[in-house]
Amino acid sequence: MRKGLLIDFTRCIGCGACMRGCREANGLPQPGPDVPRPDELDGDNYTVVLQHEDEEKGGLFYRRLCMHCEDATCVSVCAVHALRKRPDGAVMYDAGRCFGCRYCMTACPFHIPKYTWDTNVPVVSKCILCWPRLDKGQEPACAATCPTGATRFGAREVLLKVARERVHAQPERYVNHIFGEKEAGGTDVLMISPVPFEKLGFQTEVPTRPLPELTWMVQEKIPYVIVTGGFFLWGLRWIINRRIELAHGETGAGGSQEVSR
Amino acid sequence: MSAEGGVKRYLTPGWLIVWIILIGGAVITFRRFAIGLGATTNLSDGAPWGLWIGFDVFSGVALAAGGFTMAFLVHLAGEKSLKPLVRPAILTALIGYVLVIFGLLYDLGKPWNIWHAMFWINHHSVMFEVAWCVMLYTTVLFLEFIPVVFERFRASRALKVMRVVAVPLYILGVILSTLHQSSLGSMMLIVPTKLHPLWYTPILPLLFFLSALTVGIAMVMTEAFISSKLLRRGLEFDLLMRLGRYLAVLNLFYLVVKFQDLVRRGAWEYVFEGSRESIYFIVEMLLFILPLFILFNHRLRRRRGFLFTSSLMVVLGLILNRVNVSFSGLLGSTSTRYFPDIQEIWISVFLVTLAGLVFGLAARYLPIFTHEEEEGEPEPEPARGVGPRTARSEGSA
Repeated sequence: MRKGLLIDFTRCIGCGACMRGCREANGLPQPGPDVPRPDELDGDNYTVVLQHEDEEKGGLFYRRLCMHCEDATCVSVCAVHALRKRPDGAVMYDAGRCFGCRYCMTACPFHIPKYTWDTNVPVVSKCILCWPRLDKGQEPACAATCPTGATRFGAREVLLKVARERVHAQPERYVNHIFGEKEAGGTDVLMISPVPFEKLGFQTEVPTRPLPELTWMVQEKIPYVIVTGGFFLWGLRWIINRRIELAHGETGAGGSQEVSR
Repeated sequence: MSAEGGVKRYLTPGWLIVWIILIGGAVITFRRFAIGLGATTNLSDGAPWGLWIGFDVFSGVALAAGGFTMAFLVHLAGEKSLKPLVRPAILTALIGYVLVIFGLLYDLGKPWNIWHAMFWINHHSVMFEVAWCVMLYTTVLFLEFIPVVFERFRASRALKVMRVVAVPLYILGVILSTLHQSSLGSMMLIVPTKLHPLWYTPILPLLFFLSALTVGIAMVMTEAFISSKLLRRGLEFDLLMRLGRYLAVLNLFYLVVKFQDLVRRGAWEYVFEGSRESIYFIVEMLLFILPLFILFNHRLRRRRGFLFTSSLMVVLGLILNRVNVSFSGLLGSTSTRYFPDIQEIWISVFLVTLAGLVFGLAARYLPIFTHEEEEGEPEPEPARGVGPRTARSEGSA
């Protein structure tokens, strides 16, 4: 069953417990206490908590992390299946398989995958929904550490229902948009917010159809190109060469040798 | 030639530049693999692809398209008069593809895992298709070229075998090229919200294929001009003028399709919006449009300087197009700034220099420009009599 996260920005207090829990669970380096919080995802942070000052709604906190698309663009572009969608919803990354082409980074409509540029054995860095914890029956670290329930783990259907109920019950508190319900064909991470998502830098322009369809439409025609093309080229050469042969035959000797070249 | 004269040959100012490029290239190569991409490139999370993808790979593959366009014209479409241009074109393509793969090793984060592409296959990925076509086509090019080596060493039996498989190889080469030249365009179909609308179109694969055909011809011409200067050999100018007509028609056809698409998608407004993207687009278009005024003008086409300029402009226009589609046109979506590091540029120049050196070496020791011998130009003793005619009559005897 597809599981995922529901992130309710109205409940986030910006404590950053999810970021610390995430680093710990995924073996990422913990910065010292004086180091300011990153303002964007990077090679050492699978998630960040960011702050927004809104003219209407005042200050609020929100999170950024991999959306875990149901038909994920990164999974579709990865030539070696280093990125895979698990049945439980997690888009996992296999660093040993990856050869570092970074097509996933170019292709992701949400600008999520990052890279560890400053090493000569670089890896792609993105939230993996703590799949090793899921295998042990635990929740992802961010959901487990969240003190307010702003990040909640569960079955996608259930989370979607909860999100709808909250948005409909308090229309003055939320914008009527569940980010991830339809974006890129639907994602397993869902977000609800008091301010429009585009104001927070979320990619609301992403189409509602899964993006991998765009390349598959072309890719699936390749076998026909091979067969049709091969037959066409063979036929073309046969006709043209026959003509040359006949033309030389009429003008006299030496023609057939010319043709054989 | 005395030994001293031999050394002195490589100490001219021209060769000095080559040596500097090679030594610098070796140092940067070491830095790239010892320290990593961060230390040698200006790539970042917002600009994961840069010059090495846009120029070395995307442009490199297209610039090597002369191999299959010439093979098609001469060996499949019966344009026999252009035959003297086929061998240099196939050699360029072979060197080009080997360097694309070599250049890719610089860009890949973990190049030692490149073989994974052969064992873990995701047939949904356009990257898989491109990787396999490039691998297979490089092999095909090698087989298309190997008769030249057999001729040199008078291996008449091997030549006989190669002649049997020649036509199937040419057909296979054209199909593989059609597939991956267009697929490089398909790769970017997956970024509808990131690539600037001046370049993002559902017909990217078609545009990539048509522009590859065009630049394949332009590259054969450009290279004939340059190699005639550097290798001090004759110039088959009448053939190049003839090729210029093909270039004119293909180039015009590409532009017609491209402009129709621009109008159909309503992307015209972006051309004059004055952004960085719009300026790049206009320059790119001018590099394709201006050559048409030369190529369709009977008098200008007959002048070497003009014909060379027109083919060179198409080559530059194509490079700018591939740069725009593969990384430059994507930067706006993340408001990232990226300009290649000097080391990135150096490696690209280094690869082109290597290509030139290998070409020169092959032209010196192998019968690449065979028609010159056939026309009775004096040749040193060992090379005499290994022209295609002699070798073939031996083979068929």
